[in-house]
Amino acid sequence: MKEGVAIVGIGVTGFSSVSPSLSFKELTYSAAVKAYSEAGLRPKDIDSFITASEDFMEGYSIFDEYVPDQLGAVLRPVQTVTADFLQALGIGYMMINTGRFRTIAIEAHSKASNIKTLDEVQSFALDPVYLRPLKENSTFLAGLEMKRFLEDSGNTEEQCAHVVIKNKKNALYNTNAAYGANLTVDDILSSQPISLPLKHLDVAEPADGAIVVVLASHNEAKALCKNPIWIKGIAWFSGQGNPWSRNLCSADYATLAARKAFAMAGITNPLKEIDFAEVCDEYSYKELQHLESMGIVRKGEAGFLTENGATGLDGILPVNVSGGSLGVGHTFEASGGMKTYEAVLQLRNQAGKRQIKDARVGLVQSWRGTPTATGAVAILSNE
Amino acid sequence: MNIEKVPVKGLTSEEYDKAIKISWQPKLQYAWDNGIAIGKYLQALKEGKILASYCNGCGRIMLPARSFCELCWRPTDGYTYVNDTGVVNTFAICHVNWDASRLKPDEPRHIPAVIEIDGASQGQGIMHIIGNVEPTKVTIGMKVRAVWKPESEREGSITDIKYFEPY
Amino acid sequence: MGLRKVAIVGAGITKFVRRAEETGPEMSYLAAKMALDQAGLKLKDVEMVTVGSAPDAFDGVHMKGEYLLSGAGGNNKQYIRNFVGGGTGVFAPIHGWMHVASGACDVCLVVCSEKMSSCHPHPQGAFLTIFDHTTEQPLKPTLIWIFALEMRRYMETYGLSKTDIARVSVKNKNNALDHPSAQVAEAVTLEDVLNSEVLAEPVHRLDISPASDGAAAVVLVSEDVAKRLTDKPIWIDGVGWNLDTAYWATKDLYYPRYVEKAARMAYEMAGITEPQKQTHIAEPYDPFDYKELHHMEGLLLCERGEAARLTAEGYTARNGNLPVCPSGGALGVGNPIAATGLMKVIEIFLQLREEAGKRQVPGKPKVGVAQAWGDLMQVGTVIVLRR
Repeated sequence: MKEGVAIVGIGVTGFSSVSPSLSFKELTYSAAVKAYSEAGLRPKDIDSFITASEDFMEGYSIFDEYVPDQLGAVLRPVQTVTADFLQALGIGYMMINTGRFRTIAIEAHSKASNIKTLDEVQSFALDPVYLRPLKENSTFLAGLEMKRFLEDSGNTEEQCAHVVIKNKKNALYNTNAAYGANLTVDDILSSQPISLPLKHLDVAEPADGAIVVVLASHNEAKALCKNPIWIKGIAWFSGQGNPWSRNLCSADYATLAARKAFAMAGITNPLKEIDFAEVCDEYSYKELQHLESMGIVRKGEAGFLTENGATGLDGILPVNVSGGSLGVGHTFEASGGMKTYEAVLQLRNQAGKRQIKDARVGLVQSWRGTPTATGAVAILSNE
Repeated sequence: MNIEKVPVKGLTSEEYDKAIKISWQPKLQYAWDNGIAIGKYLQALKEGKILASYCNGCGRIMLPARSFCELCWRPTDGYTYVNDTGVVNTFAICHVNWDASRLKPDEPRHIPAVIEIDGASQGQGIMHIIGNVEPTKVTIGMKVRAVWKPESEREGSITDIKYFEPY
Repeated sequence: MGLRKVAIVGAGITKFVRRAEETGPEMSYLAAKMALDQAGLKLKDVEMVTVGSAPDAFDGVHMKGEYLLSGAGGNNKQYIRNFVGGGTGVFAPIHGWMHVASGACDVCLVVCSEKMSSCHPHPQGAFLTIFDHTTEQPLKPTLIWIFALEMRRYMETYGLSKTDIARVSVKNKNNALDHPSAQVAEAVTLEDVLNSEVLAEPVHRLDISPASDGAAAVVLVSEDVAKRLTDKPIWIDGVGWNLDTAYWATKDLYYPRYVEKAARMAYEMAGITEPQKQTHIAEPYDPFDYKELHHMEGLLLCERGEAARLTAEGYTARNGNLPVCPSGGALGVGNPIAATGLMKVIEIFLQLREEAGKRQVPGKPKVGVAQAWGDLMQVGTVIVLRR
């Protein structure tokens, strides 16, 4: 049996700031229909199903209960992981590599608009003894880290603003994006302070949407699909989230995950061998920190490269051509899914106005957000 | 494995009361989008009716209403009202509240039940409460009908039906 | 690429208690350390970690998996939390199996931890939010409702009495007297169970397992590593899991068809065609006593409706033909949801290695099955272990 795992179908419904006409089940069903039909499969042909979700984001204890129906997975092997979509994708990849599963469907969604007290929910993830009693909005952790990161790396607030400008502008060409805009550095620097140096426009706003992906083993993929997108490497790492016990200058989870994913994919010179990257930019500085931590650019250079267009659509390494979370919207557990969608479109030459020429290898990276130090990296290719 | 000394210390309730504790009451509020099908289901409840969906693929008439048939993997073909009567599939007589506190001796017992609704397919039930009957008289197979709140009090909620009573 | 074999080589369980002094991460550490020590490994030998824990609402922390990671050995490792409600305890080692069987790693640590006592006024309250928020929660349901509804349907379908069912509680609570982790082991009699407070007719207080705090862990390794570490590896021969529809009121509750499907998936992988004959010992999930019977039937260990009679005849006692819950189960040892399921897997592990001490069943069992259940009567997770 030849090795290899590929994406053979993908469906997205989203992304928008609100989605009042559809329940989460209907939203997910609509994405699943697209994904399965692209893969040419009925639900009964799919061997197993994985959902990435968190109870408190859904407002349910045991969200797993409400998963199977909208995936066509009633009385089938279904599991839930409380993780980012990319981690769920990685589990699906593992399952196919056990040799006992041929096709796996993976889903994640965001209905953040339904959470009236989103800040409280996010703060509920803080350590109950050491952090929560401070009664701070959890974005203070991002402000803290941003300050340390900028000081240590030499990147500047203005350069972070360029990330925002680039990504929101890219989103104007993405019909699935919720927050496209044409901004100036001044707009961002003068936007309302949240947790300085973090300002309002540095923070990705929440969006609703659902994404479903169908993975297949090598032989199945070849049979089902003219343009399977291969997962060449995938890994994730976690670290202690509390700010006093981890590196604030660099994202260790991204370093370790990238190192492993590159090794799996046989990549030794990322800047040359990767054609584009979809990187987590939940906060503007994170895009710079992640690029440097993954070793794709040298420490202290990411800001400069961004400012000078090197990570633009025509640059040496286009980053977040989709618009990133800043432009598309922050979709929490589905973030990695939104980025995977963009990567697949690019690798299939289906990205329209934002198509990157000769895209063959793409990098997708996600982070689970404050207060975690968990993130994943995947390398996708059309060869 | 010889579990010689198994760790973890359990506190008695006195020790627990004396221990230093940190408490937190989170504010977790949600406004869930009902979507197409449940939106219609709730609207029907407000009008004093129970709404089901039907699928021509499997032939089921299903409750609660849904926009897609999860077994046939296709959109449902339409909505239809079913009766507000049914048959008790199973029931319980409950002496505790949702937070495990005991009902007071003079409080009426809660009688939750699964009620198979007439007009829907075999086995299509909803959970609700049985009322207006001695708990000991409730049986599986008993015929019951919905007792609705007056129209002015209905909000578009499952509680627009106060309870089901035998008839 | 051949199919890789995966073995359990170490296990650890903490005490199961009502109000633990330790935090969730601390309990996870204690169980994980026990398991690694038994396996003869250190944390640096562990490549990946999967953690199982049931509702975040119990511990009162959103993203509970991230909170537990420091104690579960997840720092700077490929770490993930799996969560399938009550089925998590048996699904966690299945998740670990995926990590090793795929070739992604050779050593995977599996940890399950639960701290229900953090939830006030009572952990049971957290279960209000497992019901559909729109079509069911306004009725203020409690967890006991669904068990009582299911128990009554089961009893009515087969004409069983409360005595038939209470026998399971008596067996398990007495069995648990020999389990060092046990929280509610007691030499109860049938009368004790039947006379205990009625919470929701037909459920009495002693029909139910308690809310608990506790943790458990196992170390899973590939075949090569297993052979280096121990001469008693216990192989994961079959895994299966299945999830039924969220519309739970549209199924007949007398039979857990999702447990049967999960069991068939696991038995097929293990090459078991006659589970009644080819399985020597079983640990089905028993949060309520009737559940053991319900699950025995779903696991195809006896004909439908027969489990109660077999129990009455002593068939499922430790020295019976098919010992069921020799550990004492959730009813006797305690029910810190995810840790309970893993405790059951560990019981099979110990029994197959003949290391279960006073609980050891006679006859040198070779094949055992552990099962957990969860969600709104929806999830079955099954694992088959072989010596």
